[in-house]
Amino acid sequence: MAEIALKSLAHSYLSNPESPGDYAIREMNHVWQQGGAYALLGPSGCGKSTLLNIISGLLEPSSGDVLFDGERVNALPPELRNIAQVFQFPVVYDTMTVYDNLAFPLRNVKTPEDRVHERVMEVADALELTSQLKRKAKNLTADEKQKVSMGRGLVRDDVSAILFDEPLTVIDPHLKWKLRRKLKEIHQRFEITMVYVTHDQLEASTFADKIAVMYEGQVVQFGTPRELFEAPNHTFVGYFIGSPGMNFLEVSLRDGHVVSGTTELAVGREFADALGEIRSTNVKLGIRPEFIEVHDAHVEGSMVADIIHAQDLGTYSILYLRLGDTTLKARIEEEQPTPSGKAYLRFPGKWIGLYVDEFRVEIAS
Amino acid sequence: MNKIQNNRAWWLILPMLLLVAFSAIIPLMTVVNYSVQDVFDANTRFFTGTEWFKEMLNDPALQAALLRQFAFSLTVLAIEVPLGIGIALIMPKRGWQASAVLILVTMPLLIPWNVVGSIWQIFTRGDIGLMGWSLRELGYGYNITANPVDAWATIILMDVWHWTPLIALLCFSGLRSIPDAYYQAARIDRASRWAVFRYIQLPKLTNVLVIGVLLRFMHSFMIYAEPFVLTGGGPGSSTTFLSQSLTTMAIGQQDLGPSAAFSLIYFLIILLVSWVFYTAIMNMQKDKKNEEA
Amino acid sequence: MSLILENLERVVGGETHIEGIDLELEPGSFNVLLGRTLAGKTSLMRLMAGLDTPTRGRVLMNGQDVTGVPVRKRNVSMVYQQFINYPGLTVYDNIASPLKLAKVSRGEIDRRVRSIAEMLHIDPFLNRLPLELSGGQQQRTAMGRALVKDADIVLFDEPLVNLDYKLREEFREELRSVFSERRCIAVYATTEPAEALALGGNTAVLHEGRLLQYGRTEDVYHRPRDIQTAEMFSEPPINILHGTISGTEVTFDNRLHFPVNEDLRSLPPGDYRFGVRASHISLTPRAGDDIEVPMIVDMAEISGSETFLHAHNDLFHLSVHLGGVHGFNGGAPVTLYFPTHRIYAFDRQGAVVHIPTHLGGL
Repeated sequence: MAEIALKSLAHSYLSNPESPGDYAIREMNHVWQQGGAYALLGPSGCGKSTLLNIISGLLEPSSGDVLFDGERVNALPPELRNIAQVFQFPVVYDTMTVYDNLAFPLRNVKTPEDRVHERVMEVADALELTSQLKRKAKNLTADEKQKVSMGRGLVRDDVSAILFDEPLTVIDPHLKWKLRRKLKEIHQRFEITMVYVTHDQLEASTFADKIAVMYEGQVVQFGTPRELFEAPNHTFVGYFIGSPGMNFLEVSLRDGHVVSGTTELAVGREFADALGEIRSTNVKLGIRPEFIEVHDAHVEGSMVADIIHAQDLGTYSILYLRLGDTTLKARIEEEQPTPSGKAYLRFPGKWIGLYVDEFRVEIAS
Repeated sequence: MNKIQNNRAWWLILPMLLLVAFSAIIPLMTVVNYSVQDVFDANTRFFTGTEWFKEMLNDPALQAALLRQFAFSLTVLAIEVPLGIGIALIMPKRGWQASAVLILVTMPLLIPWNVVGSIWQIFTRGDIGLMGWSLRELGYGYNITANPVDAWATIILMDVWHWTPLIALLCFSGLRSIPDAYYQAARIDRASRWAVFRYIQLPKLTNVLVIGVLLRFMHSFMIYAEPFVLTGGGPGSSTTFLSQSLTTMAIGQQDLGPSAAFSLIYFLIILLVSWVFYTAIMNMQKDKKNEEA
Repeated sequence: MSLILENLERVVGGETHIEGIDLELEPGSFNVLLGRTLAGKTSLMRLMAGLDTPTRGRVLMNGQDVTGVPVRKRNVSMVYQQFINYPGLTVYDNIASPLKLAKVSRGEIDRRVRSIAEMLHIDPFLNRLPLELSGGQQQRTAMGRALVKDADIVLFDEPLVNLDYKLREEFREELRSVFSERRCIAVYATTEPAEALALGGNTAVLHEGRLLQYGRTEDVYHRPRDIQTAEMFSEPPINILHGTISGTEVTFDNRLHFPVNEDLRSLPPGDYRFGVRASHISLTPRAGDDIEVPMIVDMAEISGSETFLHAHNDLFHLSVHLGGVHGFNGGAPVTLYFPTHRIYAFDRQGAVVHIPTHLGGL
């Protein structure tokens, strides 16, 4: 069991990095507490796999420290770090049975067979693999193989963390649901630190208690799924979390009114006041499609928008709207009737974010 | 329907068909023809039925050659396969070293068979050959023309030198196709070097090894030029393998009937062993499939 | 250009990959093939393309039988899951390659390559080699090659699987607009129900080599013909409950029952399976006759904006898709409201016998 801390950690694949762009991981400090369920979320090339490999010991960082329970482990190889890893494409030992696969990490360190049996049975039970124990691992389906890879980490008493590298990539959607639940169950039962790397915000947010969003080699926000959703502190987080992402409108102040292009926006006094104090020219208003109120008739404080297109996504619909010269997306629930032609929008003050030079600025109320 | 236009494609394989007919089917039929007749001259021939076959199978010289042949093929396989795997395992996987080692390893494969014989003939000579001379200097009375053990050891050594690279190359390509994640997982599972080999590398090598073993078996079973050049089959007949016996009989003694019968027996043995081997492997894979179902 | 598949069947080594598929794709339509791994999506596409010949049945293009016609004579293009480009050619030459083969004039090639590249946002990279680009850009190049030659049919075999989630979102939107202006038939294979809905157009649901249902995507989603289609085309998975209609009541067991309402009145008494979408179950009653079901929480998965609640009682498990963030502890009791007006009913054979009418949507 361990707390994993990264201290002034940076990594570059070049031998003489000069500009910040040469770094796959820019200098960062980060702590993952013992027993937590974490996700590392970001687009491909953001450095998340590099970071994972540094934690597991497959890669040594260029500078800074990796600390397990305060102890520096930079130079320790993976086999001495007491971590387990589940890879994107299932890794099982083809010629062995499921039982032998699960027993493998224990037998490698000469654990007595009765102890091996006890652990394997316990883990097989937790993963619902008991009926499969005698099968050759080669013949399992992709989701079963992923369970076996995870099981090889769980059988060890000394494993302090399990790292997941996009483990659901090759799994069919209906099985993703099951496997994801299994992961959570396992996390609760074994109280083990888990770090889950993915580009899929839904996987990240349903699995993790806290998510680190990575962008260009940096963690731009570390917070609960709810925090990331409701108050993203960077436009990238707003865009990347949520499907579809946050709407951003470039705004400025004209004669005391908030305008986007030539269209006046109906937003609260506080927003206009906050805007008045900003000198930058890169100012945006951010609002999530989920939080835009859509009405089919004028209501107090609403703005009229043209409906370009409506898309039925089963449990909800997405409206593509044109407000002035910006395109917006708004989400409406299944039971709400879809207006046609024109829609009247309201931006609730509570859900509006102000972004200056891409970072969120708090609005005093 | 429109399907007809595809039929034109059949014409394209006609040249190949003719080529195969001339290179394989017609010569083989000729051999079959000879094997059941006793031919004196162009006009005088008698049908002998299975006579030649019986005679050949009962010929003690040929039986000895056959035994020798099996002993040889199995010995070289037993040495070359593990050695080839071993070499592939220690070959560097990337960078310029990989290319350099690859070229070095491939070198023996590029040398024609009879040249290999000549090289080794010179190499093993007691007066000017490096190996022959060194061994004698070390006090060992090395002589491949007098001592059958020396002759055997040398031929096996030569074959190992010539053909282990083939197995090594095949295994090298097999190893390269194993994703890094497997090695990483094994490290995390604290697997020993041996366990990595046994449970990751070897299973992934089975397919290429099947091809390698088959090729090497057929090859070694037909070995001719190298021992012929090196030892001439001697001392005595201690290194006379099947193909050489056959050649002596057909060319040297002009016994066309018996040598035709012998050729067919020879051919059938290779076919049989290869077939048994192939079906055994295929059955193993089928078992796996059945288990899946 | 229309494409008709007639009683198509393909058997490989005794295994049936495609079984009696009849399908008619209209000119200019966008069609999604939805099915799990090994459902026969790729096999069917290969038959459409002419890469394989069917064991039985016919393929008609524009009314003409093309069953035995090989792929090179069919004017078809295909985009694969892997990013397949000529590694030695620049992006420009990659996109231009089908036109060069077709001996199109230089000026025309240049015009078309540039317009496609612009549409796919890869115009700044025309002189680069594919491997110098990101995965998304490589796949755009492959798409460019497929789109540039004005094919009659463009086939996409799970083209976005290897791309990031956000890139997929962008791609889907672009694909829709690209094809809205074209007359060719687009066929797009995916395993994800959500992707089918996002792409719109028509959807064909495949399962074990058979075609379960084909129609407008929303129609297939909202009005599945049978229980399998409903299960294939739902995310999160639809809840299926066994129950009985007995005269005046729908009964799950003696504690859980509700009077038959006007929706279900036409159904004869007997055993049924009822389907309820996860998003139709709620924490507060949405209609007067929603029934109260006490359950035990297994687990709640919380995304930033939604909660997926998994709960059980001794009769069944339910997956519930709730808007907003709700915290639950495992093992805690929870009261769920079960919508009697929003349930699908399937008979013993699995055929749908009732589709809820108050569905909302579009």
